[in-house]
Amino acid sequence: MDVSLFPRDMFAELDRLQRQMQQAFEFSPSIRGFARGGFPALNVGSTPQSVEIYAYVPGVDPASIEVSLERGVLTVSGERASGLKGLGPKDTVHIEERFAGKFRRVVTLSDDLDPDAVEAHCKDGLLHISIKRKAAAQPRRITIQ
Amino acid sequence: MNESKLTREAPREAPALLPPVDVIEDAEGITLYADLPGVSKERLTVQVEADTLTLSGEMDLAMPQGMAATHAEVTLPGYRRVFTLSKELDAQKLSAELKNGVLKLRIGKVAHAQPRKVQIKVD
Repeated sequence: MDVSLFPRDMFAELDRLQRQMQQAFEFSPSIRGFARGGFPALNVGSTPQSVEIYAYVPGVDPASIEVSLERGVLTVSGERASGLKGLGPKDTVHIEERFAGKFRRVVTLSDDLDPDAVEAHCKDGLLHISIKRKAAAQPRRITIQ
Repeated sequence: MNESKLTREAPREAPALLPPVDVIEDAEGITLYADLPGVSKERLTVQVEADTLTLSGEMDLAMPQGMAATHAEVTLPGYRRVFTLSKELDAQKLSAELKNGVLKLRIGKVAHAQPRKVQIKVD
């Protein structure tokens, strides 16, 4: 970090400082990913043929997760049991950060999706939902005559 | 053992997510649960070096080709968290279990550190 002894422009210096602060923060609190957007954390991506949703659902039995798609609105819901159940009277909880309880997340997706072409896989606590777009909505190359 | 002593971020390494954990202590040892979704058994490392316990894992990210991210809450491909163990914990008595993306780690205490009830004599 190079700070000149005599800043020529106070505002430029403040601006630079603010940017540095922002950078520093982006690596600490939001790094947890989970606390920010609730449980489960979601990543959504799209390809020309489909929409891909990744839900991070550690410790949830895949069979108990409910996934529904209705008019372009996707709902992922379920319940996660607390890991702190069944504690003895002399047990001490030192850190308690993991989510416990019922969860429900709703995502609005585009309306060109085919509700009959949904696939969901769950592996290692990562639920991957793939929804195909309707054939008519897929981009077509138009030949010029 | 207090929380500030148990948690510590790893210095100078590639940025990784800090997985949420639960740590419970009972008379015989400590149980740690860590959320590591997307990490398979092969990509998980649990390492004890002197009194430092390091958990690290890489996610299996098989994404379709040409996918553009439209919304991302998990922005890094791996997890790391470092803990300092206290003396009464025995690294030899360590067992790990990974299920549905949750790591359950059990660390036993050395025999002489387990609580003994002290008999109070009344004269």
